[in-house]
Amino acid sequence: MSTGQFAKGLAGGRLSPEQYAENFSDLHQPFTEHEARVEADRCYFCYDAPCMTACPTSIDIPLFIRQISTDNPLGSAKTIFDQNILGGMCARVCPTETLCEEVCVREVAEGKPVQIGRLQRYATDTAMSRGVQFYERAPSTGKRVAVVGGGPAGLACAHRLAMHGHAVTVFEAREKPGGLNEYGIAAYKSTHDFAQGEVDYVTAIGGIAIETGKVLGRDIALSELAADYDAVFLGMGLGGVNALGALGEDGAANAVDFIAELRQSSDLSALEVGRRVVVIGGGMTAVDAAVQAKLLGAEEVTICYRRGQGHMNASRFEQDLAAAKGVTIRHWLAPRAVRVEGGSVTGIELEYTRLEGTTLVGTGETLVLDADQVFKAIGQSFVAAGLNGSGEMIATESGRIRVDERGRTSMRGVWAGGDCVSGGEDLTVEAVAAGRDAAESIHRTLSGGGIDG
Amino acid sequence: MADLSNRFAGIKSPNPFWLASAPPTDKAYNVERAFKAGWGGVVWKTLGEEGPPVVNVNGPRYGAIWGADRRLLGLNNIELITDRALQTNLREIKQIKRDWPDRAVVVSIMVPCEEESWKAILPLVEETGADGIELNFGCPHGMSERGMGSAVGQVPEYVEMVARWCKQYSRMPVITKLTPNITDIRKPARAAFAGGSDAVSLINTINSITAVNIDTFSPEPSIDGKGSHGGYCGPAVKPIAMSMVSEIARDAEMRGKPISGIGGVTTWRDAVEFMALGAGNVQVCTAAMTYGFRIVEEMISGLSAYMDEKGFASLDDIIGRAVPNVTDWQYLNLNYVTKARINQDLCISCGRCHIACEDTSHQAITSSVDGKRMFMVKDDECVGCNLCVNVCPVEDCITMEPLAAGALDERTGQRVPDRYANWTTHPNNPMARVNEPAE
Ligand SMILES: Cc1cc2nc3c(=O)[nH]c(=O)nc-3n(C[C@H](O)[C@H](O)[C@H](O)COP(=O)(O)OP(=O)(O)OC[C@H]3O[C@@H](n4cnc5c(N)ncnc54)[C@H](O)[C@@H]3O)c2cc1C
Ligand SMILES: Cc1cc2nc3c(=O)[nH]c(=O)nc-3n(C[C@H](O)[C@H](O)[C@H](O)COP(=O)(O)O)c2cc1C
Ligand code: SF4
Ligand code: SF4
Ligand code: SF4
Repeated sequence: MSTGQFAKGLAGGRLSPEQYAENFSDLHQPFTEHEARVEADRCYFCYDAPCMTACPTSIDIPLFIRQISTDNPLGSAKTIFDQNILGGMCARVCPTETLCEEVCVREVAEGKPVQIGRLQRYATDTAMSRGVQFYERAPSTGKRVAVVGGGPAGLACAHRLAMHGHAVTVFEAREKPGGLNEYGIAAYKSTHDFAQGEVDYVTAIGGIAIETGKVLGRDIALSELAADYDAVFLGMGLGGVNALGALGEDGAANAVDFIAELRQSSDLSALEVGRRVVVIGGGMTAVDAAVQAKLLGAEEVTICYRRGQGHMNASRFEQDLAAAKGVTIRHWLAPRAVRVEGGSVTGIELEYTRLEGTTLVGTGETLVLDADQVFKAIGQSFVAAGLNGSGEMIATESGRIRVDERGRTSMRGVWAGGDCVSGGEDLTVEAVAAGRDAAESIHRTLSGGGIDG
Repeated sequence: MADLSNRFAGIKSPNPFWLASAPPTDKAYNVERAFKAGWGGVVWKTLGEEGPPVVNVNGPRYGAIWGADRRLLGLNNIELITDRALQTNLREIKQIKRDWPDRAVVVSIMVPCEEESWKAILPLVEETGADGIELNFGCPHGMSERGMGSAVGQVPEYVEMVARWCKQYSRMPVITKLTPNITDIRKPARAAFAGGSDAVSLINTINSITAVNIDTFSPEPSIDGKGSHGGYCGPAVKPIAMSMVSEIARDAEMRGKPISGIGGVTTWRDAVEFMALGAGNVQVCTAAMTYGFRIVEEMISGLSAYMDEKGFASLDDIIGRAVPNVTDWQYLNLNYVTKARINQDLCISCGRCHIACEDTSHQAITSSVDGKRMFMVKDDECVGCNLCVNVCPVEDCITMEPLAAGALDERTGQRVPDRYANWTTHPNNPMARVNEPAE
């Protein structure tokens, strides 16, 4: 038995190799063929299906499930990819409990929705593991499109543009493409390097060049792109991390950096994690950071959220997941000061809060939690700096890029979508929908349709 | 507790559940286990002539269709009659009957369609002390190619002739087992009774190919790349079997004659349905082959609970009870007007009723009301066909409600008449017989 869990302070190697492997295996085991067919048989093939309406990419869910039940998993995968080329990742990461499965008529009827996400994974895994490609590039149009950001929005956009015969160059700041699929999604949702496998699958259509390590605003300028390419799509996500506004903030690490490091680690035992960990926040990132800290062997992990349970952005399913993994969630606590001694975090002071009308106020009562590690996960923000020069020209709203219903920014020839755009929910599937739809708008414009130009 | 004891064509058994002639009844070992489990009787696996026994294929002999959860819905086989020596079977039958005197032991026989063959085997069977014989005129594969089984059952004259020989050369009650692979089941049934048969049993299995392997293009079950049509049985054949049973039960010539109901009986409810349609008892094969002999416990307890609830003292209170209600289409009441009603509290809004009615029936169910997703029946379009009820995944969510006499049928604009009227007197019927009293 490994006792590393009780090692003081920050430490790696808290668990045995088997425990690491077990903890970071698939959250939901993939369906076997028989399980998939039995589950598919539960679907009623609804008319004007509510699940399909709830899917941000409008996948024809009843059809793809029926194709599974009739032993046609490849046809099923094509039905999915037709609407969502990142259907494989979405099957793993979509909070289905607040999307398609929430409105499945069997959820309404009996509290047990058809497991749409797992079925989607079954179909897409089948096609991807066999390397089956469904799309070919249309004859070259001679048009060139620059896509900034290789996350879900950028990839979906690039794929759809390539299908239409345009030549796409993706400029990606980081070392690897994939965006948060590669650097953000919890490890147990995307196992076996699925994110890179998916990038390869998507770009196999051809006509998509990815240039990594290229930062807009540092290596390239928007004005150049706008001049050199027939169209530009911005899918840059959210680069900044919101500040705690608490004393000693420097002692607190960014949850997203912790997760990114974990996702890139080839040896989890080399990752240091505290014995006592506190995560500040109430969304998906907070839950992911907390759960993964726990899975790395932290003894005690506490999420502190400044409002009540019902206000949390993390879904009930995710809150329950955290609880099931041994994470404690505490509400009505706002951070006041991170305590640091001799360069090491020793704890965090928090103040109780309550609502006065609609404003959140401190009650004056405080509390100190011992901690060796404090993460902040109170949201990310769009960094407009990359748009240098053009910053004034591209209109923003609520701190993010403003687009119209076709994904056009205020700058002619420049489209945007995904997390970097205002409005919406910051979900992988929404980014895919935005990228795809922007590509269609770009295509209409480049083919001289004019209406989107 | 209700009395489940059964007397069928003079043969007594403690309950009406018999095992049909098939693998479950092929050996003393199986039959012994069946009787321990509680089965009321068995029809021993069909015996053939003295001499070298038939041989079965050595590859797979069953094909099947399943629901998605792999529940067996229909089974098909290409097995022949017993492949064990006649003397072995006879010895075991005798022993079993001696050990289980209160259970019915009936012996199924199939020998060539010659008087000598029947004359030879009947005394041997009679000597075992068996309660009766069943003539297998049903087997649709293998034996039929040799002029036996369904090859005989499809020719009423042969059926009558063989039944007569059996009555002539033995004192045992004779049950003639009918093949469903025929257009009008009443013909061989009448022939069986004309030949002196005490009862008929039906159905034997239905000619079938359950599947084709679409990689090798061999029918299943595949024997070295080839397949042969086999006999279909199990839950899927029950509706066909029940219809055939009822045809005989309500035939004027055969009314009241004993019928042993076979085909897809899986639960006590199936048995009650068969008996209500005129069967004096039931025989079971596939259900036992799927779940083992213990299912009879459920059958006995279910039947007895049902009878207690209904206040039925004996099986006679059930047998034939539905027969008077089976009629010809022409006598159905055309003044019985129903409308589908959707219980909005139960409805889960799947929309299946809408699309079924919209695409394939009468455009009588909405998909939205005042811009909201909602499924409601339009009485002015609903013909009362019941399709929506059958496709709705929620039990009792849609019901068919009859309109009271005098109520307005919004579809026709007519009031519902206060009297029964059928096609025979309908004005649209060119052959309408005015004033003909309906059956
Ligand atoms: C920890 C965490 C967990 C999450 N879990 C889930 C989940 O389980 N399910 C779910 O649906 N959603 C989840 N999300 C949200 C989801 O990951 C995002 O909504 C989605 O990735 C947005 O896609 P995007 O393409 O808009 O942005 P991103 O995925 O952020 O991709 C943007 C890309 O642009 C690149 N880039 C940025 N600036 C520049 C620049 N100046 N020049 C060039 N390239 C640049 C980035 O490196 C990145 O690769 C999670 C988010 C986080 C942070
Ligand atoms: C494998 C198998 C072998 C059978 N062999 C015989 C047989 O030898 N003699 C016979 O009269 N019926 C035979 N039958 C038919 C059954 O007795 C019965 O009529 C038929 O299976 C329908 O009943 P069920 O739906 O309960 O199975 C056989 C059926 C099966 C499945
Ligand atoms: S709502 Fe549920 S049952 Fe209906 S089509 Fe969608 S997955 Fe199937
Ligand atoms: S009963 Fe028939 S016609 Fe009436 S609503 Fe149902 S499907 Fe339509
Ligand atoms: S089929 Fe049944 S559950 Fe579905 S919409 Fe119609 S009435 Fe409602």
